[in-house]
Amino acid sequence: MTNKTSEKFRVNFGPQHPAAHGVLRLILDLDGEVVERVEPHIGLLHRGTEKLIENKTYLQALPYFDRLDYVAPMNQEHAFTLAVESLLGVKVPERAQCIRVLYSEIGRILNHMINVPAQALDVGALTPTLWGWEEREKLMVFYERACGSRLHAAYFRTGGVHQDLEEKLISDIYNFCDPFLKVLDDLESLLTENRIFKQRNVDIGIVTKQDVLDWGLTGVMARGSGYHWDLRKTQPYEIYDQLDFQIPVGKNGDNYDRYLIRVEECRQSISIIKQVIEKIKPGPIICEDKKIAPPKRAEMKSSMEALIHHFKLYTEGYDVGPGDVYKAIEAPKGEFGVYLISDGTNKPYRCKIRAPGFAHLQAIDYLGKGHLLPDLSAILGSLDLVFGEVDR
Amino acid sequence: MYKQKNYSQLLNEIESNSKIKSLIIKTEVSANDLSLHVDNENIYDLLKLLRDSEDFLFSQLTDLCGVDWPENEIRFQVVYNLLSMSNNSRIRVKTYTDKNDSVISVSKLFPCAEWYEREAYDLFGINFKGNKDLRRLLTDYGFEGHPLRKDFPLTGYVEVRYDESKKRVVYEPVELKQEYRSFDFESPWEGVKYPENDLESDPINDK
Repeated sequence: MTNKTSEKFRVNFGPQHPAAHGVLRLILDLDGEVVERVEPHIGLLHRGTEKLIENKTYLQALPYFDRLDYVAPMNQEHAFTLAVESLLGVKVPERAQCIRVLYSEIGRILNHMINVPAQALDVGALTPTLWGWEEREKLMVFYERACGSRLHAAYFRTGGVHQDLEEKLISDIYNFCDPFLKVLDDLESLLTENRIFKQRNVDIGIVTKQDVLDWGLTGVMARGSGYHWDLRKTQPYEIYDQLDFQIPVGKNGDNYDRYLIRVEECRQSISIIKQVIEKIKPGPIICEDKKIAPPKRAEMKSSMEALIHHFKLYTEGYDVGPGDVYKAIEAPKGEFGVYLISDGTNKPYRCKIRAPGFAHLQAIDYLGKGHLLPDLSAILGSLDLVFGEVDR
Repeated sequence: MYKQKNYSQLLNEIESNSKIKSLIIKTEVSANDLSLHVDNENIYDLLKLLRDSEDFLFSQLTDLCGVDWPENEIRFQVVYNLLSMSNNSRIRVKTYTDKNDSVISVSKLFPCAEWYEREAYDLFGINFKGNKDLRRLLTDYGFEGHPLRKDFPLTGYVEVRYDESKKRVVYEPVELKQEYRSFDFESPWEGVKYPENDLESDPINDK
């Protein structure tokens, strides 16, 4: 045999790879099977969202947010509408706030129902994916019944939401809850105590408390390491301060803790959904200000003023006073923030999108070092990445 | 309930902290958010103080982004959004730089700044001194220009397609089938400002 001092080589992982969760290209420096360096190349899905938004009115900018994290579209819209509303100083009616919370939590389940099974798929379990997608399909129908679209909702508008929910839809969402908890139990019975799943995830990708601060990790990544930090509790928006729910917190900061947190968050979301449905009362769904909210269709048939408002709103839009604001929400993946600068016109001057996945992916070099190559895909799965938001 | 430290408390603390006060140019409040303005030489020292001093503990850099103001004397602004989980507060720091100037990188303080700075370099052409890996991040390999600058056209300069005869992807200058239409929807009725002393004259007919 030749004398082997090292087996170092460099491989290209992706951009088309089933474990890359989209278009991610990694350059890996390996020593045998041990990862020495991970260099992510992102931007393969870059669409210039921020540039496009600068050239659109506030209303036209909204749908771009559905296309960021397309796994839970409405949560992104939420951050943008909150930012615009705080610059305008608009008050959102209570029913609209309830609807927003309802659909944000549906979004959270949508996200976790794709991430948890995908993480399982990355370590070799196929069945959870099939079950998770089935539940997602039901939730997509709720999206569709609320706003007419399964994915690109454009539902959370400045001052409220676009359409009202019918009673039948609300009761159907309520009826979804309990059977879903059963599916969640079934899903857990496949994974939580599964020997292979635990071998692949326990003690893999450990994030310490200091790492969370250094790498700007948020959401489940921060909670997995023991931070009791959830923007719905700590910096509440909408009606979250009136709701009763728990924040699951991990101990070890490894992949397995993060998996457990995501499953528990689904249960908490179901509890929030039930509370909101009990709380929701009939009422207006968008603010009264006719310079911001469009008039009702029926009103336009008889009122000249309503017709003018409608025309002006859908051509010129509304002017937002000068100023800048940073608003963040607890998206399923972490802190999703929008930093908005307005120069007083009808278009945003600058709209920086702070995506949680961007910060999480950056930490992969740090997290992956010293792990084996197959562990890397397990870590990728637990980082919860969607390239729509990473690349923007 | 979780107590949040609001901007007026923060402002008081900053006013009483002489070290920080000597570094900043001015403070600004917009929509309940507090911003500190600072020269680009002092940005590292200020963020270090904000991170480490007991009163603030802004230990997480949530976001860093560039902003282009072509009319301003110093063209680019770099905005840092900081979060303190222990005090439950947020703060914003703004600094200024030019094409030929650079900002001191904060990637030693916050490792996550590395990519944010790469992004600002890629999209605005802002230089960060001390960032050891200042390459393009989001745009294509071999991309030219800085797309988020206000003088960069929305349509860009090159388009990409797959050429069947050459059997590869080719780059060509952008050719639009229809002119890009940018409408000015600003209402003339609300937007016109009349000179204060000269209310009698009609600015439209005088032209």
